[in-house]
Amino acid sequence: MHIVVCAKQVPNTTQVRINPETNTLVRDGVESILNPFDENALEMALQLKEKHPGTKITVLTMGPPQAAEILKEAVGRGADAVVLLCDRAFAGSDTWATSYALSIAIGKLEKPDLVLFGKQAIDGDTAQVGPGVADWLGIPCIAYARKVEIADGQATVERTYEDGYEKLEVALPCALTVVKEANVPRMASLRGKMAAKKLNIVPLTAEASGADPAHLGLNASPTRVVKIFSPPPKTGGVKWQGEDPAAMAQKLVDLLRERKLV
Amino acid sequence: MAELNYGLSELALEIRGMVREFAESRVKPVRAELDETGHFPTDILRELGKMDLMGLYIPVEYGGTFEGDSMPNLIAVEELSRICIGVSVSYAASGLGADPILIGGSAEQKKKFLAPLASGEKWAAYALTEPNAGSDAGSIRTTAVKKGDKYVLNGTKQWITNGGEADIYTVFAVTDKNRGARGVSCFIVEKGTPGFTFGKKENKLGIRASATRELIFEDCEVPAANLIGREGTGFIWAMKTFDVSRPGIAAQAVGLAQGALDEAVMYAKVREQFGKPIIANQGLSWMLADMATKVETARALTYAVVKSIDAGVKDISKFSAMCKVYASDIAMQVTTDAVQVFGGYGYMKEYPVEKMMRDAKILQIYEGTNQIQRDIIGMALNKEYAAVAKP
Repeated sequence: MHIVVCAKQVPNTTQVRINPETNTLVRDGVESILNPFDENALEMALQLKEKHPGTKITVLTMGPPQAAEILKEAVGRGADAVVLLCDRAFAGSDTWATSYALSIAIGKLEKPDLVLFGKQAIDGDTAQVGPGVADWLGIPCIAYARKVEIADGQATVERTYEDGYEKLEVALPCALTVVKEANVPRMASLRGKMAAKKLNIVPLTAEASGADPAHLGLNASPTRVVKIFSPPPKTGGVKWQGEDPAAMAQKLVDLLRERKLV
Repeated sequence: MAELNYGLSELALEIRGMVREFAESRVKPVRAELDETGHFPTDILRELGKMDLMGLYIPVEYGGTFEGDSMPNLIAVEELSRICIGVSVSYAASGLGADPILIGGSAEQKKKFLAPLASGEKWAAYALTEPNAGSDAGSIRTTAVKKGDKYVLNGTKQWITNGGEADIYTVFAVTDKNRGARGVSCFIVEKGTPGFTFGKKENKLGIRASATRELIFEDCEVPAANLIGREGTGFIWAMKTFDVSRPGIAAQAVGLAQGALDEAVMYAKVREQFGKPIIANQGLSWMLADMATKVETARALTYAVVKSIDAGVKDISKFSAMCKVYASDIAMQVTTDAVQVFGGYGYMKEYPVEKMMRDAKILQIYEGTNQIQRDIIGMALNKEYAAVAKP
């Protein structure tokens, strides 16, 4: 089985700040990490590999040269091969252009049985790239997967909802976007880290990928980020405490009635 | 943080980073629970195995990563100990159990028993102590009688770390009761061997995550091929094991004391009384200074001993005893002082330092009490100075 895991390098969540002047992310001095949900996708692939010996895992990312770091991290954990899609031509891609570029890169690989994504990246939070790539590849996609079992050329997948889950069967190849509850990502092994150190990652350029230049980068992106802002914290409101619960409930009902809300 | 240059290899530094991150993210969140429940840290050891960290002391040809540098293993023990020595003793005791095989085992024994330890698939345990043979290890009563191509073991081992959890046991038994310590032999016994069972799990003051059990042998037949070396060499393997394992106890002590120092300094910086952080009081900051100095001294001595072992320095027993006795004594002092720095909070289980203080005590007791260590040092001095002393 061949599993492709698409991953993204993102700024560490706990440190994200937005420059109020320019409405852009402040990246200076912020550590870059492997997108946490992509860690779950990679872990899902690694667990499948443990269950199905002979499985090969390829991790693909699109990003600047330093995004090679997350590929090394992936190799440290047990990925077999990596692809770094890296070219100025990809700069400024929105989710449409990104999913196109990733699908082209996947098309150059040995045909995958499974393409895994984190449910979303913690910087953009769109959750669109996974389904987008699946669409370009013409394969089914199940989002928010927390569990997968592979047998007889099909996957049995549990898709999470806020109030439960649904069990689906889907023919391979297919794409899944993976939620945090799926697993606890492992840490890199010593031998994996040593292998990663020796790794020489040659970027796959736009030209070499064979992608249509008209579909790449900022100019090919149909969406634009007009403004990024931190929503203002909610203010006002009243807080009642310390009273008899029944009395407080009565008070609330009276208030709602008074404002003609019930 | 400022640190001394101990000339650590790239591998040792890599291991330090990996185990530090592992201990912080995987052990710290569960250490209080493990202490409270006394549950064995199975998942933690399994994960360490997957990370290739269970075979740091096992030579490459037997599936480990050891190539002559003992520091990576020592540092792994130190870093785990900084967070929890209940976990680190379970980790290190597997190495202790493997040591007699490493030191005295044949190539076949090494191949068969070390590979599954290196991969983390199995764990080992070292079984010497008996109800009536503690410090006087030469007086063990478990017997092994040869019968064809087997040895039949009878007797009880006490307080065996990893007992019941490990798969491979190095067990010391008497093969010739007329020869005292020279009549002791060492056997490799696998869990599941008929006649080999476990007693109750002990309820301990500290290192509560670790499993301490009795091993019971009732007409337990062990293949003669599992005898390490020749009959009567067991006590040599036992003592040689201690020469190389005692720095491991010192590493536990250094790690534990460092962990307590970390907690104490951080607390002293944020705890305010009389309108200022308590670290601003000279009396308290001097206390912290003494704690830090003790930790670094113990570390320097321990690393020096391990590097000397790797370099093949002769008559190492004295120095192994020194680092064990010194580091464990300062660990007891530093953890006790850490509780003092925390005051009333330190006495409460919501804070980690009371556990550290409880845990520290075992370091002065196991792997040879600190009185035995001082005996070893004293006897070595007596012997060394015999040549130069004029009556």
